[in-house]
Amino acid sequence: MKPAPFRYADPSTLGEALAVLSDEGAKVLAGGQSLLPLLSMRLAAPATLVDINRIPDLDAVEVTDDAVTVGALVRHDALLRHGGAAAVQPLLGRATANVAHPAIRNRGTTVGSIAHADPSGEMTSVLALTDGSVTVATTAGSEVVGWRDFFVGPLETSIPAGAVVTAATFPALPPRSGTAFAEVARRKGDYAVCGAGVVVTLSEDRRVERVLASYVSVGLTPEVHDLTEAVAGSPAEKADWAAAGALARTLVDPDTDIHASADYRRLLVGVLTERTLADAAAEAGARAARE
Amino acid sequence: MTSIDSERTITVTVNGVPREATVPVRRLLSDALRHDLGLTGTHVGCEHGVCGACTVVVDGAAVRSCLMLAVQVDGAEVRTVEGLAREDHQGGQVLHPVQEAFRECHALQCGFCTPGFLMTIAAGLEGRDNSAELTEEEVDDMVGGNLCRCTGYANIKKAVHHAAAAMKDGA
Ligand SMILES: Cc1cc2nc3c(=O)[nH]c(=O)nc-3n(C[C@H](O)[C@H](O)[C@H](O)COP(=O)(O)OP(=O)(O)OC[C@H]3O[C@@H](n4cnc5c(N)ncnc54)[C@H](O)[C@@H]3O)c2cc1C
Ligand code: FES
Ligand code: FES
Repeated sequence: MKPAPFRYADPSTLGEALAVLSDEGAKVLAGGQSLLPLLSMRLAAPATLVDINRIPDLDAVEVTDDAVTVGALVRHDALLRHGGAAAVQPLLGRATANVAHPAIRNRGTTVGSIAHADPSGEMTSVLALTDGSVTVATTAGSEVVGWRDFFVGPLETSIPAGAVVTAATFPALPPRSGTAFAEVARRKGDYAVCGAGVVVTLSEDRRVERVLASYVSVGLTPEVHDLTEAVAGSPAEKADWAAAGALARTLVDPDTDIHASADYRRLLVGVLTERTLADAAAEAGARAARE
Repeated sequence: MTSIDSERTITVTVNGVPREATVPVRRLLSDALRHDLGLTGTHVGCEHGVCGACTVVVDGAAVRSCLMLAVQVDGAEVRTVEGLAREDHQGGQVLHPVQEAFRECHALQCGFCTPGFLMTIAAGLEGRDNSAELTEEEVDDMVGGNLCRCTGYANIKKAVHHAAAAMKDGA
Protein backbone atom coordinates (compact mmCIF):
# COMPACT_ATOMS: atom_id res chain seq x y z
CA MET A 1 0.00 0.00 0.00
CA LYS A 2 0.94 3.66 -0.14
CA PRO A 3 1.22 6.17 2.69
CA ALA A 4 -1.86 8.29 3.37
CA PRO A 5 -1.37 11.93 2.31
CA PHE A 6 0.71 14.09 4.65
CA ARG A 7 2.62 17.35 4.51
CA TYR A 8 6.40 17.41 4.56
CA ALA A 9 9.13 19.74 5.78
CA ASP A 10 12.88 19.22 5.68
CA PRO A 11 14.31 22.07 7.75
CA SER A 12 18.02 22.78 7.79
CA THR A 13 18.34 23.62 11.50
CA LEU A 14 17.30 21.83 14.67
CA GLY A 15 15.51 24.99 15.88
CA GLU A 16 13.28 25.11 12.80
CA ALA A 17 12.59 21.38 13.07
CA LEU A 18 11.50 21.76 16.69
CA ALA A 19 9.32 24.75 15.80
CA VAL A 20 7.48 22.85 13.05
CA LEU A 21 7.18 19.77 15.25
CA SER A 22 5.56 21.71 18.07
CA ASP A 23 3.26 23.78 15.81
CA GLU A 24 2.03 20.93 13.70
CA GLY A 25 1.99 17.92 16.02
CA ALA A 26 4.25 16.40 13.40
CA LYS A 27 6.33 13.20 13.42
CA VAL A 28 10.11 12.97 13.01
CA LEU A 29 11.41 11.16 9.91
CA ALA A 30 14.99 9.89 10.42
CA GLY A 31 16.17 6.86 8.43
CA GLY A 32 12.59 5.94 7.61
CA GLN A 33 13.36 2.22 7.87
CA SER A 34 10.67 1.69 10.50
CA LEU A 35 8.45 4.70 9.88
CA LEU A 36 7.94 4.25 6.12
CA PRO A 37 6.75 0.63 6.48
CA LEU A 38 4.30 1.86 9.14
CA LEU A 39 3.06 4.59 6.79
CA SER A 40 2.77 2.27 3.79
CA MET A 41 0.85 -0.29 5.84
CA ARG A 42 -1.29 2.61 7.14
CA LEU A 43 -0.51 1.69 10.73
CA ALA A 44 0.43 5.36 11.13
CA ALA A 45 -0.95 8.39 9.30
CA PRO A 46 0.64 11.55 10.72
CA ALA A 47 -0.57 14.84 9.22
CA THR A 48 2.98 16.19 8.88
CA LEU A 49 6.46 14.69 8.68
CA VAL A 50 9.55 16.60 9.70
CA ASP A 51 12.54 15.09 7.90
CA ILE A 52 15.68 15.70 9.99
CA ASN A 53 18.10 14.40 7.33
CA ARG A 54 19.13 17.87 6.13
CA ILE A 55 20.12 19.15 9.58
CA PRO A 56 23.93 19.42 9.75
CA ASP A 57 26.08 18.22 12.67
CA LEU A 58 23.77 15.42 13.76
CA ASP A 59 25.88 12.76 12.04
CA ALA A 60 28.89 12.69 14.38
CA VAL A 61 30.17 9.80 16.49
CA GLU A 62 32.07 11.30 19.44
CA VAL A 63 34.42 8.99 21.26
CA THR A 64 36.04 9.78 24.63
CA ASP A 65 37.64 7.44 27.18
CA ASP A 66 34.35 7.42 29.08
CA ALA A 67 31.67 7.08 26.44
CA VAL A 68 30.57 6.96 22.82
CA THR A 69 27.98 9.54 21.79
CA VAL A 70 26.11 8.78 18.59
CA GLY A 71 24.31 11.63 16.79
CA ALA A 72 20.76 11.29 15.47
CA LEU A 73 21.85 10.92 11.83
CA VAL A 74 24.56 8.31 12.33
CA ARG A 75 23.49 5.35 10.17
CA HIS A 76 23.78 1.79 11.51
CA ASP A 77 26.43 1.15 8.87
CA ALA A 78 28.63 4.05 10.01
CA LEU A 79 28.55 2.86 13.62
CA LEU A 80 29.27 -0.70 12.52
CA ARG A 81 32.45 0.46 10.78
CA HIS A 82 33.57 2.86 13.53
CA GLY A 83 36.71 1.30 15.00
CA GLY A 84 37.14 4.02 17.64
CA ALA A 85 33.65 3.46 19.00
CA ALA A 86 34.15 -0.31 19.15
CA ALA A 87 37.42 0.11 21.07
CA VAL A 88 35.65 2.04 23.85
CA GLN A 89 32.41 0.03 23.85
CA PRO A 90 32.73 -3.23 21.86
CA LEU A 91 29.01 -3.99 22.18
CA LEU A 92 28.25 -1.25 19.64
CA GLY A 93 29.88 -2.99 16.69
CA ARG A 94 28.86 -6.46 17.84
CA ALA A 95 25.19 -5.61 18.22
CA THR A 96 24.95 -3.41 15.12
CA ALA A 97 26.26 -6.28 12.98
CA ASN A 98 22.96 -8.02 13.81
CA VAL A 99 20.75 -5.09 12.82
CA ALA A 100 18.97 -5.75 9.53
CA HIS A 101 20.65 -5.97 6.10
CA PRO A 102 23.24 -3.70 4.44
CA ALA A 103 20.72 -1.62 2.44
CA ILE A 104 18.70 -0.98 5.61
CA ARG A 105 21.81 -0.24 7.68
CA ASN A 106 22.79 2.36 5.05
CA ARG A 107 19.68 4.45 5.86
CA GLY A 108 18.45 3.43 9.31
CA THR A 109 19.88 5.29 12.29
CA THR A 110 21.00 3.99 15.67
CA VAL A 111 19.19 6.80 17.46
CA GLY A 112 16.05 6.21 15.37
CA SER A 113 15.95 2.58 16.45
CA ILE A 114 16.23 3.68 20.10
CA ALA A 115 13.54 6.37 19.65
CA HIS A 116 11.37 3.73 17.98
CA ALA A 117 11.71 1.63 21.19
CA ASP A 118 11.04 -1.69 19.52
CA PRO A 119 11.80 -4.45 22.05
CA SER A 120 13.04 -6.57 19.14
CA GLY A 121 15.67 -3.97 18.21
CA GLU A 122 19.24 -4.67 19.25
CA MET A 123 20.26 -1.12 20.15
CA THR A 124 17.56 -0.58 22.77
CA SER A 125 19.04 -3.50 24.73
CA VAL A 126 22.56 -2.21 24.23
CA LEU A 127 21.57 1.23 25.57
CA ALA A 128 20.18 -0.50 28.67
CA LEU A 129 23.06 -2.91 29.14
CA THR A 130 25.66 -0.14 28.95
CA ASP A 131 23.53 2.04 31.28
CA GLY A 132 23.25 4.65 28.55
CA SER A 133 21.14 7.74 28.04
CA VAL A 134 19.66 9.88 25.30
CA THR A 135 19.70 13.63 24.74
CA VAL A 136 16.22 15.00 24.09
CA ALA A 137 15.67 18.43 22.53
CA THR A 138 12.41 20.39 22.62
CA THR A 139 11.61 24.07 22.04
CA ALA A 140 12.14 24.44 25.82
CA GLY A 141 15.76 23.21 25.67
CA SER A 142 17.74 20.02 25.84
CA GLU A 143 17.98 17.36 28.56
CA VAL A 144 19.67 14.03 29.16
CA VAL A 145 17.33 11.14 29.96
CA GLY A 146 18.60 7.81 31.33
CA TRP A 147 17.39 4.63 29.61
CA ARG A 148 15.20 3.56 32.56
CA ASP A 149 13.19 6.77 32.33
CA PHE A 150 13.13 6.68 28.53
CA PHE A 151 11.59 3.30 27.64
CA VAL A 152 7.93 3.12 28.69
CA GLY A 153 6.52 0.22 26.65
CA PRO A 154 6.77 -1.43 23.24
CA LEU A 155 7.17 1.40 20.67
CA GLU A 156 6.58 3.90 23.48
CA THR A 157 8.99 6.33 25.14
CA SER A 158 8.64 9.10 27.68
CA ILE A 159 9.66 11.92 25.34
CA PRO A 160 7.06 14.61 24.79
CA ALA A 161 5.38 15.04 21.39
CA GLY A 162 7.47 17.31 19.21
CA ALA A 163 10.82 16.32 20.74
CA VAL A 164 13.89 15.24 18.78
CA VAL A 165 16.36 12.78 20.26
CA THR A 166 19.61 14.38 19.15
CA ALA A 167 22.02 11.73 20.43
CA ALA A 168 22.45 8.51 22.38
CA THR A 169 25.35 8.04 24.80
CA PHE A 170 26.81 4.62 25.55
CA PRO A 171 29.25 4.57 28.51
CA ALA A 172 32.60 2.82 28.00
CA LEU A 173 33.19 -0.80 28.92
CA PRO A 174 34.50 -0.85 32.54
CA PRO A 175 38.04 -2.14 33.27
CA ARG A 176 38.67 -5.95 33.43
CA SER A 177 35.45 -6.50 31.48
CA GLY A 178 34.43 -8.27 28.32
CA THR A 179 31.25 -8.37 26.24
CA ALA A 180 29.55 -10.66 23.78
CA PHE A 181 26.39 -10.50 21.71
CA ALA A 182 24.58 -13.33 19.93
CA GLU A 183 21.16 -13.96 18.52
CA VAL A 184 18.98 -16.52 16.83
CA ALA A 185 17.11 -15.17 13.80
CA ARG A 186 15.32 -16.99 11.00
CA ARG A 187 17.69 -15.46 8.44
CA LYS A 188 20.82 -13.41 9.03
CA GLY A 189 19.69 -9.80 9.43
CA ASP A 190 16.09 -10.56 10.36
CA TYR A 191 14.71 -9.37 13.67
CA ALA A 192 15.91 -11.77 16.36
CA VAL A 193 13.68 -14.52 17.68
CA CYS A 194 15.87 -14.03 20.73
CA GLY A 195 19.12 -12.13 21.25
CA ALA A 196 21.48 -11.76 24.19
CA GLY A 197 24.07 -9.16 25.08
CA VAL A 198 26.27 -9.68 28.14
CA VAL A 199 29.00 -7.93 30.12
CA VAL A 200 31.33 -9.87 32.45
CA THR A 201 33.60 -8.02 34.87
CA LEU A 202 36.45 -9.77 36.69
CA SER A 203 38.13 -8.91 39.99
CA GLU A 204 41.86 -8.11 40.24
CA ASP A 205 42.55 -11.83 40.85
CA ARG A 206 40.50 -12.82 37.75
CA ARG A 207 37.42 -14.09 39.50
CA VAL A 208 33.92 -13.30 38.32
CA GLU A 209 32.83 -10.08 39.99
CA ARG A 210 29.77 -9.03 38.01
CA VAL A 211 27.61 -10.50 35.26
CA LEU A 212 24.93 -8.47 33.46
CA ALA A 213 22.70 -9.52 30.59
CA SER A 214 20.05 -7.91 28.42
CA TYR A 215 17.85 -9.65 25.87
CA VAL A 216 16.30 -8.80 22.51
CA SER A 217 12.70 -9.81 21.59
CA VAL A 218 12.12 -10.86 25.21
CA GLY A 219 9.69 -8.74 27.24
CA LEU A 220 8.02 -5.43 26.48
CA THR A 221 10.88 -3.02 27.20
CA PRO A 222 14.63 -3.56 27.47
CA GLU A 223 15.75 -4.78 30.88
CA VAL A 224 19.08 -5.57 32.50
CA HIS A 225 19.36 -8.78 34.52
CA ASP A 226 22.06 -9.28 37.14
CA LEU A 227 23.27 -12.89 36.91
CA THR A 228 26.25 -12.44 39.26
CA GLU A 229 24.94 -14.64 42.09
CA ALA A 230 25.08 -17.79 39.91
CA VAL A 231 28.84 -17.53 39.34
CA ALA A 232 30.23 -14.92 41.79
CA GLY A 233 33.82 -15.60 42.85
CA SER A 234 34.44 -18.42 40.36
CA PRO A 235 37.71 -18.30 38.46
CA ALA A 236 36.83 -16.84 35.04
CA GLU A 237 37.90 -19.89 33.06
CA LYS A 238 36.05 -22.39 35.31
CA ALA A 239 32.78 -20.59 35.99
CA ASP A 240 29.55 -22.57 35.62
CA TRP A 241 28.01 -20.48 32.85
CA ALA A 242 25.18 -22.99 32.50
CA ALA A 243 24.10 -22.01 36.02
CA ALA A 244 23.98 -18.37 34.93
CA GLY A 245 21.92 -19.42 31.92
CA ALA A 246 19.53 -21.33 34.21
CA LEU A 247 19.17 -18.27 36.44
CA ALA A 248 18.48 -16.07 33.40
CA ARG A 249 15.67 -18.39 32.34
CA THR A 250 13.91 -17.82 35.65
CA LEU A 251 14.23 -14.02 35.41
CA VAL A 252 12.84 -13.36 31.94
CA ASP A 253 9.20 -13.12 30.90
CA PRO A 254 9.04 -13.63 27.13
CA ASP A 255 5.87 -13.61 25.02
CA THR A 256 4.54 -16.03 22.43
CA ASP A 257 4.08 -14.66 18.91
CA ILE A 258 3.95 -16.06 15.38
CA HIS A 259 7.74 -16.54 15.33
CA ALA A 260 8.24 -18.46 18.57
CA SER A 261 6.56 -19.62 21.76
CA ALA A 262 7.43 -18.12 25.13
CA ASP A 263 8.92 -21.48 26.16
CA TYR A 264 11.19 -21.62 23.14
CA ARG A 265 12.37 -18.05 23.79
CA ARG A 266 13.08 -18.95 27.42
CA LEU A 267 15.13 -21.92 26.23
CA LEU A 268 17.08 -19.65 23.87
CA VAL A 269 17.73 -17.19 26.71
CA GLY A 270 19.47 -19.99 28.61
CA VAL A 271 21.49 -21.24 25.65
CA LEU A 272 22.55 -17.80 24.40
CA THR A 273 23.43 -16.66 27.93
CA GLU A 274 25.70 -19.63 28.50
CA ARG A 275 27.45 -19.18 25.13
CA THR A 276 27.92 -15.43 25.31
CA LEU A 277 29.13 -15.45 28.91
CA ALA A 278 31.96 -17.85 28.11
CA ASP A 279 33.10 -15.56 25.27
CA ALA A 280 32.72 -12.38 27.33
CA ALA A 281 34.70 -13.87 30.22
CA ALA A 282 37.51 -14.88 27.87
CA GLU A 283 37.59 -11.35 26.51
CA ALA A 284 37.53 -9.88 30.02
CA GLY A 285 40.54 -12.02 30.90
CA ALA A 286 42.43 -10.91 27.81
CA ARG A 287 41.60 -7.24 28.42
CA ALA A 288 42.59 -7.50 32.10
CA ALA A 289 45.96 -8.92 31.05
CA ARG A 290 46.52 -5.93 28.75
CA GLU A 291 45.26 -3.21 31.12
CA MET B 1 10.91 29.97 7.20
CA THR B 2 10.60 26.25 6.68
CA SER B 3 8.21 25.37 3.90
CA ILE B 4 5.69 22.65 4.64
CA ASP B 5 4.45 21.15 1.41
CA SER B 6 2.03 18.64 -0.06
CA GLU B 7 3.76 18.60 -3.43
CA ARG B 8 7.28 19.42 -4.57
CA THR B 9 9.34 19.68 -7.73
CA ILE B 10 12.59 17.78 -7.38
CA THR B 11 15.73 17.58 -9.46
CA VAL B 12 17.65 14.34 -9.31
CA THR B 13 20.44 12.86 -11.39
CA VAL B 14 19.37 9.38 -12.44
CA ASN B 15 21.99 7.21 -14.14
CA GLY B 16 23.96 10.35 -14.97
CA VAL B 17 21.01 12.23 -16.49
CA PRO B 18 19.46 15.22 -14.63
CA ARG B 19 15.71 14.69 -14.32
CA GLU B 20 12.93 16.81 -12.90
CA ALA B 21 9.60 15.68 -11.52
CA THR B 22 6.72 17.22 -9.63
CA VAL B 23 5.47 14.76 -7.06
CA PRO B 24 3.13 14.59 -4.09
CA VAL B 25 5.39 14.45 -1.00
CA ARG B 26 4.02 11.03 -0.09
CA ARG B 27 5.36 9.53 -3.38
CA LEU B 28 7.77 6.67 -2.65
CA LEU B 29 11.06 6.79 -4.52
CA SER B 30 10.24 3.40 -6.07
CA ASP B 31 7.01 4.79 -7.53
CA ALA B 32 8.66 8.02 -8.66
CA LEU B 33 11.26 6.01 -10.60
CA ARG B 34 8.67 3.77 -12.20
CA HIS B 35 5.72 6.10 -12.74
CA ASP B 36 7.12 9.63 -12.94
CA LEU B 37 10.44 8.84 -14.61
CA GLY B 38 9.39 5.77 -16.59
CA LEU B 39 12.22 3.59 -15.29
CA THR B 40 10.45 0.30 -14.71
CA GLY B 41 13.61 -1.76 -14.22
CA THR B 42 13.28 -1.17 -10.47
CA HIS B 43 10.80 -3.75 -9.24
CA VAL B 44 8.39 -3.45 -6.34
CA GLY B 45 7.51 -6.48 -4.24
CA CYS B 46 6.55 -5.92 -0.64
CA GLU B 47 6.69 -2.14 -0.21
CA HIS B 48 7.86 -2.46 3.36
CA GLY B 49 11.56 -3.12 3.11
CA VAL B 50 11.57 -6.90 3.36
CA CYS B 51 12.10 -8.26 -0.16
CA GLY B 52 14.85 -6.03 -1.57
CA ALA B 53 13.45 -6.06 -5.14
CA CYS B 54 13.35 -2.24 -5.18
CA THR B 55 17.00 -1.71 -4.16
CA VAL B 56 18.72 1.20 -5.93
CA VAL B 57 21.91 3.14 -5.20
CA VAL B 58 21.57 6.67 -3.77
CA ASP B 59 24.77 8.73 -3.49
CA GLY B 60 26.83 5.54 -3.60
CA ALA B 61 24.90 3.51 -1.02
CA ALA B 62 22.41 0.71 -1.73
CA VAL B 63 18.99 1.57 -0.28
CA ARG B 64 15.42 0.31 -0.47
CA SER B 65 13.63 2.71 -2.82
CA CYS B 66 10.31 1.79 -1.19
CA LEU B 67 11.64 3.13 2.12
CA MET B 68 12.58 6.58 0.83
CA LEU B 69 10.34 9.40 -0.28
CA ALA B 70 10.99 10.83 -3.73
CA VAL B 71 11.40 14.30 -2.17
CA GLN B 72 14.33 12.97 -0.14
CA VAL B 73 16.46 12.44 -3.26
CA ASP B 74 16.17 16.07 -4.38
CA GLY B 75 19.74 16.98 -5.36
CA ALA B 76 21.04 13.39 -5.06
CA GLU B 77 22.48 10.92 -7.56
CA VAL B 78 20.45 7.78 -8.10
CA ARG B 79 21.60 4.71 -9.96
CA THR B 80 19.11 2.08 -11.07
CA VAL B 81 19.46 -1.21 -12.91
CA GLU B 82 19.08 0.71 -16.21
CA GLY B 83 22.37 2.45 -15.39
CA LEU B 84 24.51 -0.64 -14.79
CA ALA B 85 25.55 -1.45 -18.34
CA ARG B 86 27.98 0.89 -20.14
CA GLU B 87 27.82 2.16 -23.73
CA ASP B 88 30.35 0.34 -25.89
CA HIS B 89 30.50 3.34 -28.29
CA GLN B 90 29.53 1.11 -31.21
CA GLY B 91 25.82 1.45 -30.64
CA GLY B 92 25.65 -1.38 -28.11
CA GLN B 93 26.21 -1.88 -24.42
CA VAL B 94 28.67 -3.74 -22.23
CA LEU B 95 27.10 -5.48 -19.26
CA HIS B 96 28.31 -4.66 -15.75
CA PRO B 97 30.50 -7.48 -14.32
CA VAL B 98 27.67 -8.39 -11.92
CA GLN B 99 25.18 -8.68 -14.79
CA GLU B 100 27.69 -10.72 -16.78
CA ALA B 101 28.23 -13.00 -13.78
CA PHE B 102 24.45 -13.50 -13.35
CA ARG B 103 24.19 -14.58 -16.99
CA GLU B 104 27.24 -16.79 -16.75
CA CYS B 105 26.16 -18.51 -13.51
CA HIS B 106 22.43 -18.78 -14.33
CA ALA B 107 21.66 -16.70 -11.24
CA LEU B 108 18.11 -15.80 -12.29
CA GLN B 109 14.98 -17.58 -13.35
CA CYS B 110 11.85 -15.41 -13.46
CA GLY B 111 13.96 -12.28 -12.98
CA PHE B 112 11.61 -10.46 -10.64
CA CYS B 113 14.17 -10.18 -7.86
CA THR B 114 17.11 -9.63 -10.20
CA PRO B 115 17.31 -5.81 -10.39
CA GLY B 116 17.40 -5.63 -6.58
CA PHE B 117 20.11 -8.28 -6.36
CA LEU B 118 22.17 -6.62 -9.09
CA MET B 119 22.09 -3.20 -7.40
CA THR B 120 22.80 -4.63 -3.94
CA ILE B 121 25.73 -6.70 -5.18
CA ALA B 122 27.13 -3.99 -7.47
CA ALA B 123 27.14 -1.48 -4.59
CA GLY B 124 28.54 -4.11 -2.22
CA LEU B 125 31.41 -5.09 -4.50
CA GLU B 126 32.18 -1.56 -5.70
CA GLY B 127 32.32 -0.47 -2.04
CA ARG B 128 34.91 -3.04 -0.98
CA ASP B 129 38.57 -3.63 -1.67
CA ASN B 130 38.31 -6.47 -4.18
CA SER B 131 41.94 -7.49 -3.74
CA ALA B 132 40.88 -8.88 -0.34
CA GLU B 133 39.37 -12.37 -0.52
CA LEU B 134 35.57 -12.42 -0.46
CA THR B 135 34.35 -14.66 2.38
CA GLU B 136 31.13 -16.72 2.38
CA GLU B 137 30.02 -14.70 5.39
CA GLU B 138 30.39 -11.45 3.46
CA VAL B 139 28.42 -12.88 0.56
CA ASP B 140 25.63 -14.04 2.91
CA ASP B 141 25.48 -10.61 4.52
CA MET B 142 25.41 -8.95 1.09
CA VAL B 143 22.55 -10.97 -0.44
CA GLY B 144 20.74 -12.06 2.74
CA GLY B 145 18.35 -9.12 2.65
CA ASN B 146 17.02 -9.91 -0.83
CA LEU B 147 14.35 -12.52 -1.42
CA CYS B 148 14.43 -14.84 -4.41
CA ARG B 149 11.60 -17.36 -4.70
CA CYS B 150 13.09 -19.19 -7.70
CA THR B 151 16.79 -19.88 -7.69
CA GLY B 152 17.60 -21.20 -4.23
CA TYR B 153 20.52 -18.75 -3.93
CA ALA B 154 23.35 -21.18 -4.80
CA ASN B 155 23.84 -19.67 -8.25
CA ILE B 156 23.39 -16.12 -6.97
CA LYS B 157 26.20 -16.66 -4.47
CA LYS B 158 28.31 -18.23 -7.21
CA ALA B 159 27.68 -15.13 -9.33
CA VAL B 160 28.84 -12.83 -6.52
CA HIS B 161 32.17 -14.67 -6.37
CA HIS B 162 32.38 -14.65 -10.15
CA ALA B 163 31.76 -10.90 -10.33
CA ALA B 164 34.20 -10.19 -7.50
CA ALA B 165 36.91 -12.10 -9.36
CA ALA B 166 36.17 -10.20 -12.58
CA MET B 167 36.22 -6.85 -10.78
CA LYS B 168 39.49 -7.74 -9.08
CA ASP B 169 40.98 -8.35 -12.51
CA GLY B 170 39.73 -4.89 -13.50
CA ALA B 171 36.94 -5.99 -15.82
C1 LIG C 1 13.42 -5.45 6.58
C2 LIG C 1 13.85 -4.74 7.82
C3 LIG C 1 14.57 -5.42 8.77
C4 LIG C 1 14.97 -4.78 9.94
N1 LIG C 1 15.67 -5.49 10.87
C5 LIG C 1 16.03 -4.90 12.02
C6 LIG C 1 16.75 -5.62 13.02
O1 LIG C 1 17.09 -6.80 12.86
N2 LIG C 1 17.06 -4.97 14.17
C7 LIG C 1 16.71 -3.65 14.38
O2 LIG C 1 17.02 -3.12 15.44
N3 LIG C 1 16.07 -2.96 13.45
C8 LIG C 1 15.72 -3.54 12.28
N4 LIG C 1 15.05 -2.80 11.34
C9 LIG C 1 14.67 -1.40 11.64
C10 LIG C 1 15.82 -0.44 11.41
O3 LIG C 1 16.88 -0.69 12.29
C11 LIG C 1 15.37 1.02 11.57
O4 LIG C 1 16.36 1.77 10.95
C12 LIG C 1 15.22 1.54 12.97
O5 LIG C 1 14.37 0.75 13.76
C13 LIG C 1 14.60 2.94 12.99
O6 LIG C 1 15.53 3.89 12.66
P1 LIG C 1 15.25 4.95 11.52
O7 LIG C 1 16.36 5.92 11.58
O8 LIG C 1 15.06 4.24 10.25
O9 LIG C 1 13.93 5.66 12.06
P2 LIG C 1 12.56 6.08 11.36
O10 LIG C 1 11.97 4.94 10.65
O11 LIG C 1 12.77 7.33 10.61
O12 LIG C 1 11.70 6.44 12.66
C14 LIG C 1 11.18 5.42 13.52
C15 LIG C 1 10.38 6.08 14.64
O13 LIG C 1 11.23 6.76 15.55
C16 LIG C 1 10.99 8.16 15.54
N5 LIG C 1 12.31 8.82 15.50
C17 LIG C 1 13.37 8.46 14.73
N6 LIG C 1 14.43 9.23 14.99
C18 LIG C 1 14.03 10.10 15.95
C19 LIG C 1 14.71 11.14 16.64
N7 LIG C 1 15.99 11.43 16.39
N8 LIG C 1 14.03 11.84 17.57
C20 LIG C 1 12.70 11.55 17.85
N9 LIG C 1 12.03 10.56 17.22
C21 LIG C 1 12.68 9.85 16.29
C22 LIG C 1 10.14 8.44 14.31
O14 LIG C 1 9.29 9.54 14.50
C23 LIG C 1 9.40 7.13 14.16
O15 LIG C 1 8.29 7.11 15.02
C24 LIG C 1 14.65 -3.41 10.15
C25 LIG C 1 13.94 -2.70 9.18
C26 LIG C 1 13.53 -3.36 8.02
C27 LIG C 1 12.75 -2.58 7.00
S1 FES D 1 9.58 -3.48 -2.47
FE1 FES D 1 11.12 -2.44 -1.36
S2 FES D 1 11.94 -4.00 -0.17
FE2 FES D 1 10.25 -5.02 -1.09
S1 FES E 1 14.54 -15.29 -10.10
FE1 FES E 1 12.43 -15.42 -9.61
S2 FES E 1 12.39 -14.45 -7.65
FE2 FES E 1 14.47 -14.59 -8.05
